[in-house]
Amino acid sequence: MGLRNRLIKWARIKSPWIIHFDCSSCNGCDIEIVAALTPRYDVERFGILLRGSPRHADILVVSGSVSHQVAPRLRRIYEQMPEPKFVMAVGACACGAGVFRDCYNVLEGVDKVIPVDVYVPGCPPKPEAIIQGVVELIEKLKAA
Amino acid sequence: MSELEIPEITIPVGPQHPALHEPENFTFKVDGEYVVDVEARIGYNHRGIEKAAESRSYIQNLYLFERVCGICSHAHTTAFTLNIEELLDTPKPPRAQYISMIVAELERIHSHTLWAGVAGHEIGFHSFFMYLWRDREVVMDLLEAVSGNRVHYAVNTIGGVRRDITPEVEKKLRKGMDILEERLKTYRTLALEEPTLIKRCEGVGVLKPEDARRLCAVGPTLRASGIKHDVRANDPYLAYDEIDWEVVSYDLCDVLSRILVRIDEALQSVYIIRQALDKLPDGPYKVRVPRNVPEGESVMRVEAQRGELIHYVRSNGTDRPDRYKIRSPTLGNIPAVCHILKGGYIADIPIVLASIDPCFSCTDRMAFVDVNTGKKWVWTGEQLRRYARKWRG
Repeated sequence: MGLRNRLIKWARIKSPWIIHFDCSSCNGCDIEIVAALTPRYDVERFGILLRGSPRHADILVVSGSVSHQVAPRLRRIYEQMPEPKFVMAVGACACGAGVFRDCYNVLEGVDKVIPVDVYVPGCPPKPEAIIQGVVELIEKLKAA
Repeated sequence: MSELEIPEITIPVGPQHPALHEPENFTFKVDGEYVVDVEARIGYNHRGIEKAAESRSYIQNLYLFERVCGICSHAHTTAFTLNIEELLDTPKPPRAQYISMIVAELERIHSHTLWAGVAGHEIGFHSFFMYLWRDREVVMDLLEAVSGNRVHYAVNTIGGVRRDITPEVEKKLRKGMDILEERLKTYRTLALEEPTLIKRCEGVGVLKPEDARRLCAVGPTLRASGIKHDVRANDPYLAYDEIDWEVVSYDLCDVLSRILVRIDEALQSVYIIRQALDKLPDGPYKVRVPRNVPEGESVMRVEAQRGELIHYVRSNGTDRPDRYKIRSPTLGNIPAVCHILKGGYIADIPIVLASIDPCFSCTDRMAFVDVNTGKKWVWTGEQLRRYARKWRG
């Protein structure tokens, strides 16, 4: 690995930027993701920053049981992200439809549409669990 | 160059956009800096909850309806349990009514502080957002102490509530209320005195009282236009008629008015919780109810944080509902927000849109209507499933 690549990897681990996409979630996971970003939990101290555009982000944080209508948009957002990209599925719905299993308009989980790196189960997972998920992902980044 | 006509430009916003976290699509027609027309497209959040409810028992449905929306989950279960209790003719015991009311008001504080923070974020007042979300954690801790979970509380059940409020929890609640009262009063002063906030919000997104009535606005959006309408006062449920509280309204009709209404409402919630703790009656907090619900129909109105929430149930004597229908407050507020966006600046779109506190996961229900002929029809679950699959391709 050259110096340039090592430098890029170091920067990536030190400050992974995230984008949050709600795939027909009930808002429960979304407010917990925002809670993880605000003063009590404050993941920004680890350099994790929420971005508005998929083109700026390293990690796609997805919540919600993916509905048929939102699935093509999820794929498009994933495709817009620059390589290397990682996906974190937050909540029971994103991991496998949760309480909405067998509903006619939902796919069973995010991994039916895009590859997922880290699953954070819970309905909704606590901010601590979401932070744990990010830590797992950073370990994965280090190993890559 | 002055006679050169610039055509109207169409700007699509969504489904993914940085302003609100939920997927929805708005198409704005703009002329220079002004919004000429707006078209809302919802439905990205449609999961088929009403249909799923028909194939699940009432106890299972309790957990399903809680997950209609994560922010107003208690309002949904309150409407659902009150409906079923009406059909069973076994009201909640008095203690359960008070406990349910306390959780409902805690949820209102959590939702309004969350919203006020988001409003601060939309106008670029980021420190306001961070401070409010810090103080919101006080409510989250209290909710966790009362129910065991931060977001989906699962406090209501058919025939009462699932958990009692113990003396230790009561102590925690009283302490929390003192902190919240002080903080909410600070934010109220800030909203009334902070020049940047006033300059940004005053006169933005004006909804006149006659328009609010005509467009069927509900909840804080309606009350911010000077109309005192609150289901808790007009058609009391649970124990709201035994508590001394006021319906908050402001007649500035703009975004500032909506911020003030929500902060004052959260303060009223603090007073309601204190009184409810003082008056908390003794006795059981749960009664046993049969699994099967007798045949009948029931409609329940509940004041959720965003406005009037209507639940309808039709039962057929089994342990599953025959039909369940939810009309959420955001659906009532969408025509109003489309009206106030027209004629405003492009820069005001995020805050005006956020000012109704939209919740699209509550809103996205479905009905079949042919707009040309007015024909309506009903599909079975299998037909819906086939249609969803075909639509996706």
